[in-house]
Amino acid sequence: MKILLVDDSKTMRNIQKGILSQLGYTDLEEACDGLDALSKVGAYGPDLLLVDWNMPNMDGLTFVKQYRAKGGKSPIIMVTTESEKARVVEAIKAGVNNYVVKPFTPDSLADRIKETLAKVPAA
Amino acid sequence: MDSSYITPFINSAQNVFSMMLGVTVQVEAPVLKSQDDPSYDVTGIIGMSGDMEGSVICSFETSTSERIVGVFTGTEMTVDHEDFADAIGELVNMISGGAKAQFKGKMVSISCPSVVIGNKHTVRGGKDQVTIMVPCKCDLGEFALEISIRQSCLQAKPEGADTSAA
Repeated sequence: MKILLVDDSKTMRNIQKGILSQLGYTDLEEACDGLDALSKVGAYGPDLLLVDWNMPNMDGLTFVKQYRAKGGKSPIIMVTTESEKARVVEAIKAGVNNYVVKPFTPDSLADRIKETLAKVPAA
Repeated sequence: MDSSYITPFINSAQNVFSMMLGVTVQVEAPVLKSQDDPSYDVTGIIGMSGDMEGSVICSFETSTSERIVGVFTGTEMTVDHEDFADAIGELVNMISGGAKAQFKGKMVSISCPSVVIGNKHTVRGGKDQVTIMVPCKCDLGEFALEISIRQSCLQAKPEGADTSAA
């Protein structure tokens, strides 16, 4: 399982890496914004993406739209402080599969990851 | 400043500290902050725009900030560590984001965080902008929330006023 972590905060990426490692996921790649992520998805081929919303250069929503427009089909979990209902709806419409609001507990992120992967059809 | 602008930040700070750091935040009575009053030594700043505009800062004594970052990241680091400012910025980002969501019916955007490190520095808000300081303390030390926001000029115009550009 390859997981791409897209967040401009290294602290947040490290927190996510710690939680994912405890869940047994160790094939992780990092991107510091949407542009960086777009440049990495092709070669890395992630099976799951965790994407922040507010980032410099290219925000998470724009990245999700462009990733989907280019045919990217892997599930995406938006991990963000944006918790208003309208924002969540906007993200889902753009192609986000699940949503985690910061701050989160390790258990809540783990639950969302399991929930998201359980819905992915077997190849 | 409307007191209802303060409560969301207090609630959000308490939630973030509880969830990410496992500590309870106690707050003292908010006070009006003079432009020249110094903040603590480490300050995270987030700008707000949209229906509400201004900034919110979270300011810590050095020792408090180092303890907080240690718990938050699981790694002991001092203020001069390359990842220290990033951790403070992310913490303030969560507090601002959580507060933003409590301004029901208002479209508000928050900026990426900036972090200032320097002994007893001063952070000045916009001209005529009131700043409310909320002293806070937790098991990791004391810190302050400084809230300097108001309804945006466009929002504050009377109904029917012409807001179009000349």
